[in-house]
Amino acid sequence: MSAEFPIVTQHAGEIEPGHSLWQDAWHRLRQNKLAVIGGVFVAILSLICLLAIVIAPGSYAKTNLALGATAPSSAHWLGTDILGRDMLSRILFGGCISLSVGLAATLVSVIIGVLYGAISGYLGGRVDVILMRIVDIIYSLPFVIFVILILVVFGKHIVLLFMAIGAVSWLDMARIVRGQVMSLKRQEFVEAAVALGLRKRQIILRHMIPNVLGIVAIYATLIVPSVMLLEAFLSFLGLGVQAPMSSWGTLINDGRKTMEEYPWLLIYPSLFFSLTLFSLNFLGDGLRDALDVRASKD
Amino acid sequence: MQFVSSFHSLRRIVCCLGVLAILSLLPGCGKRETLVEVGDREQILHIGNGTEPQDLDPDIVTGVQEFHIMMSLLEGLVTEDPVDLHPVPGVAERWDISPDGKVYTFHLRDNAKWSNGDPVTARDFWNSYKRILTPSLGAEYSYMHFVVKNAEAYNTNGITDFNQVGYKVIDDHTLQITLNNSTPYFLSLLLHHSWYPVHLPTVAKWGDPYQRGSKWTRPGRFIGNGAFVLAKWRVNDVIEVRKSPTYWDRDRVRLNAIRFYPIESDDTEERAFRAGQLHVTLTMPPSKIAYYKEHNPELLQLGPYLGTYFYRVNVTKPPLNDARVRRALAMAIDRGSIVTNVMKGGQLPAYNFVPPGTAGYTCRTLLPENIAEAKRLLAEAGYPDGKGMPPVEILYNTLEYHRTIAEAIQQMWKTKLGVDARLVNEEWKVYLDSQRSLNYQLCRAAWIGDYDDPNSFLDMWLTGGGNNETGWSNPEYDRLIAQAAATPEPKERLEVFQKAEAILMQEMPEIPVYFYTRFFLQRPEVKGWYPTILDNHPYKYVYLEAPKK
Amino acid sequence: MLRFIFKRILEAIPVLLIVATVTFFLLHRMPGGPFDTEKATTPEIKKQIEAYYGLDKPVTQQYFDYMKRLVLHGDLGPSQKYFGWSVNELLAGSLPVSMELGLEGLCFALFFGLTAGVIASLRKNTFGDYIPMSFATLGICIPSFVTGPLLIIVFGILLGWFNTSGWFFPRDRVLPAMTLGLYYMAYISRLTRGGMLEILNQDFIRTARAKGASEWRVVWRHSLRGGLLSVVSFLGPAISGIVTGSLVVETIFDIPGAARFFIGAAFNRDGPMLMGTTLVYAVLVVVMNLLADIVQVWMNPRLRFDS
Repeated sequence: MSAEFPIVTQHAGEIEPGHSLWQDAWHRLRQNKLAVIGGVFVAILSLICLLAIVIAPGSYAKTNLALGATAPSSAHWLGTDILGRDMLSRILFGGCISLSVGLAATLVSVIIGVLYGAISGYLGGRVDVILMRIVDIIYSLPFVIFVILILVVFGKHIVLLFMAIGAVSWLDMARIVRGQVMSLKRQEFVEAAVALGLRKRQIILRHMIPNVLGIVAIYATLIVPSVMLLEAFLSFLGLGVQAPMSSWGTLINDGRKTMEEYPWLLIYPSLFFSLTLFSLNFLGDGLRDALDVRASKD
Repeated sequence: MQFVSSFHSLRRIVCCLGVLAILSLLPGCGKRETLVEVGDREQILHIGNGTEPQDLDPDIVTGVQEFHIMMSLLEGLVTEDPVDLHPVPGVAERWDISPDGKVYTFHLRDNAKWSNGDPVTARDFWNSYKRILTPSLGAEYSYMHFVVKNAEAYNTNGITDFNQVGYKVIDDHTLQITLNNSTPYFLSLLLHHSWYPVHLPTVAKWGDPYQRGSKWTRPGRFIGNGAFVLAKWRVNDVIEVRKSPTYWDRDRVRLNAIRFYPIESDDTEERAFRAGQLHVTLTMPPSKIAYYKEHNPELLQLGPYLGTYFYRVNVTKPPLNDARVRRALAMAIDRGSIVTNVMKGGQLPAYNFVPPGTAGYTCRTLLPENIAEAKRLLAEAGYPDGKGMPPVEILYNTLEYHRTIAEAIQQMWKTKLGVDARLVNEEWKVYLDSQRSLNYQLCRAAWIGDYDDPNSFLDMWLTGGGNNETGWSNPEYDRLIAQAAATPEPKERLEVFQKAEAILMQEMPEIPVYFYTRFFLQRPEVKGWYPTILDNHPYKYVYLEAPKK
Repeated sequence: MLRFIFKRILEAIPVLLIVATVTFFLLHRMPGGPFDTEKATTPEIKKQIEAYYGLDKPVTQQYFDYMKRLVLHGDLGPSQKYFGWSVNELLAGSLPVSMELGLEGLCFALFFGLTAGVIASLRKNTFGDYIPMSFATLGICIPSFVTGPLLIIVFGILLGWFNTSGWFFPRDRVLPAMTLGLYYMAYISRLTRGGMLEILNQDFIRTARAKGASEWRVVWRHSLRGGLLSVVSFLGPAISGIVTGSLVVETIFDIPGAARFFIGAAFNRDGPMLMGTTLVYAVLVVVMNLLADIVQVWMNPRLRFDS
C-alpha cells in the first residue's frame, strides 16, 4: 500500500491516537485466530528444529540395524525407522531442511520475481510484451527436465535444489508484481518523482518495490508451502534430498511405502508437514485478508 | 439480459456437476465378484508383469517382462520343464549330438504350426537366426549366438555370406547347428528368447525385417507358434493372450487366456493382489514379507533367483587401485546383518560372485568376514585405522533398498575401519553413464544370469568386456575363461571356473553383497506354477483350480 | 472476438517454436541416452541402433529433421523407449485417459471447492469459515501420494467398494478423481471465498439485503458470479497443470495416462516422446489460457472494453 497517512479522529474532549494502515492491518490480523495460531506454530516449530540441530547434530544419522523399525516408546518418542534411526531426530532435522528449502526457494523466487515484474510493469510497452512472453514460454517448459538437468549438470547439492525450485516459482510473483506496479505507475507520487528528474532505475528501486512489499509478503507466505509440497513431489520422483539427510518429503515418501506395517513412519512426518503447511496457509490468508488487498490477476 | 441467461445456464451446469459428484461417490450395491473369482471360473490367469514391455519382437527386446509375455506367444527348438527348467523337446521333438559335442542335429515335429496355419520349418529358424545376427538390426542379444561357428564374424561384418555360419537346413524338418567348441550348456542357451523363431513373411509385410521399425507385433498382425496368440495390447493397461487353436500341444493347455498387467509400483501390485485383481505378482514389497509369513504363508512364494547384488569397484583410481584396500572393505561388511535386518527377503549373503549351485557349481574360495584381517590389510596398504585414506564414494541409483544398504555399509566401514564413505545418488540413466565411463569409485550393481551356467557370471570380467566396467584386467583370468570354453568335460570345466573365480575373489574388482531371491505372491488356485531359478514359467502347464467351497 | 482468437493463435506459434527448440537442445545436453542399458551392449550394436533413430547425426541436423517431419507430416516420430509404437499412437491412446481423469477430478474439486468457499465467505471468521476452509486446505497440505494410498486402503481394501488400481470399469474413476481433485479443491475454495468476500462487501449487496432479499437469493443471484470469476481465470492453468500433476495419481492407481509418458520420457531420455508431450503440454497451456480468457470476457462485460 502507499505511504502512511495517519488518521486522526477527534472526539469531544479527547484525541484518539492515530492508526497507520499497517497498524490497522495488524489489528485485523490479530482477530483472525487461525492465522495467529498458524504463525505461532511455525515460529515455535522452527525454533525447535534449530535447537535440535544445535543440541544433537548427527543424531539423525545413527543407525542401529539390529533394532530395525520399532513403534514409539520411551526410548524413542516417535519410534525408529528401518535402519533403527530415531524418528524424532530425523523429523526435526527434516523439518530444518524442508523449511530451509521453502524459505530459500521462496527468497530466490521473490528476488527474481519482484525485480522482473517491477521492471516489466514500469517500463511497459515493448519490453513488457517481450518479458511477459518469456514468462509464457517458461510456463510451458517441462519442469522435471529442467530440474533434472540442473541437478545433473551442476551436481547434487541441496543449494541447487533450492535454486531449481525457486527458478520455477517466480513466474506468478512476477505477474502479480507487474500488475501492482502497473497500477502504481499511474499514481501522482510517481509523476512527481519523474518531474524531479529521478532516473527509471531509482524510481523502480526506491518507489515501486517498497510499495509492493505488502503483496509480496502475502504471496511469499503462500509460496513457501507450495514449494515444500513440490519438494515432497520431487522426493516421490527420487530427485529430492540425499541420504543420510532427510527432509519431510523423503520421510513421507519412505513412510508411505510401509504405511501398513510401520504406520508411525508415515503418520508423524505427515503430521508435522501438514500442520506446518496448514499454518503457513492460514497465516498467508490472514495476511491477505488483513491487508485487504485485491489479488491482482492479469 | 444476455448475461443473466448465460449465467442461468452456468448455474445449471454447476448443479449437474454437483449431482455427478454425489452419484460418483455412491458405492456399488452388494458384493462384487472379483477379477480373480471370474478368472478361476473361466480359466483366465491375471498376472502382474512389472513395466510395460518395450516391444514383443524377440530379436530386439532385452527385458525380463517382455520375455514373460513372449514365452506365451512363441516356442523355440526346446522348451523348459516347469519344475526345474531343464530343456525338453519344443518344436524339435528329438536331437542328435555329435561325439565331439560340436554338431547338433534337430528333428522338428511335423505338426508344429504357426498361428496362421503355416507349418513351422527348419527354414523358419534359419531365417530368424539370420535376422538376429544381421548387423543392421542392432540386436543386443546377438551375442547369445556367438557359440555358433562364424556367428560372431557375421554379426560384426567380418563375413557377409550367412551360409558360412554354422546353421544348415538339411530339409524342411531338420536343422543342423555347428558350434565353435563343445558347449555343455548349449541346450539351456536355446531356452532364451533370442533363439525363438519369428515368422519372417509377417515381419517383412509390416516393415524391413533387417531393420528396426517393423510394426508386426500388434494384435491382429502377430504370428507366433506358441501356446497362445496375441489378442489385445493396450499400452500401460493390459496385454491379453488367448489359447492358440493351432499349437501342436494344445490339448495340454488348460488356460483360456492370460492377462498381463504392467504395474510398475510394487505396492500398487500388492494391493491389487489383496483386492483379488491378480493371481500372481511379479514381486512384492520386502517390508510386507514378515506380515505374509505370519498371516498368509500359503500366499507367499520365496525362491532362489539367479542373480548377485554387488558393488563394482573402479580399480583405476587410488585408493581403490590397491587390491588390499578392496579386500579390506569387502571383509568389513556384515552381510548377515544386511540380509536379516535390512532386506528381510530370505536373501543369501554372498561371499563370492557366482550363486551357489549354478548348474552344479559352487565356488570354494569364499571371502571371510574378518575384521582383524581387514584392519591389517588396510594398515599394510598405508591407511592404518583409515587414517590418511580419502573418503570413497558409493554410487547408487534411485531405488528403494539401494540407499538403505549403502547407508548400512557406510556405517559399517566407518565404525569398523574408520573409513569415510560418501553416498552419491544418481538418476538411472546418469548412473548408467557414470558406470560405463568409469566415473565412480564404488558403484551398486546387479547381475542376473541369462542362462543357468557359471559362464554367464564369469565371462563379463574379461579384459575390456562390455559389462566389466571396472577397468580390471587380468590376463591369467582371461586365459582361464577361454580354457573353460574349450573344455568339453563338465567336471574339468567347473574346476577351471574354480580357479578363475579364485582370482576374481583375490583381486576383488567387485564386492559381492547378497544373492537374490525371488519373492512374490501367488494364489493357491494357481497350479503348475513353480518357483524357478530364472523365474520362467511355461504357461502350457499352468491351470486354475478353484478351491472347493 | 474472432480477431482476438486469431491474434492469440498467431502469437502462440513463436512460443511453441521456442518451447520445442529449447526442449530439444536441453534434452541433448543431458548425460545418458535412451539406449544405455544395465547389460552393456557392444559399441557396434549401439551404433547401429543409434543410426536407425538418427542419433548419430549432428544435433542441429537432427533438430531440422525433427521439425521438418513434425510440421510437414504431423509425425512426432518413433518412441525410443517403446520400440513397437510411434509417439502419435502412444499419445493418442493416453491423452484421452488423462483428460478424462483431469475433468473428473476437476468436477469433484469444483463442486466441493465452490461449496466450501461459498459457505466460508458467508460465515467469515467463525467456525463456519474455519471448518470448510480447513477441510478444503487439506488438499494442499497432504501430498497426494499419501492421500491416494489412504483412500485405496480404506475404500478399496477395508470396505471393498472399489478396485485398488486399473482403469477398466467406470467405478475405477472414483478414487483417482477424488485424489486428484483434493489438490485443486483447496485453491478453488480459497479463490471462491476471496471473490465472494469482495462482492459481499460491496454496496449493491447491502442494498439487496436492505430490500429484504433472502440470503439464498443474495448468494445465488448476485454474489456467485463474482466468486466464479477468479475461479475461471484459475481454471486455465489448472487444467494444463493436470497433465503433470496427475503423475502421482496415475502411478499409484496404475492409470494408462499421458503424464506417465511425460515424466517417463525425461527419465528414459526418450527424445521424441519428450518433445511430443512437451509440445502437447504447451499447446494445452495456450488453448486453456485462451479459453479461460474468452470465458472471463463473456462473464465480465467490463473486461471487453479493456485493451
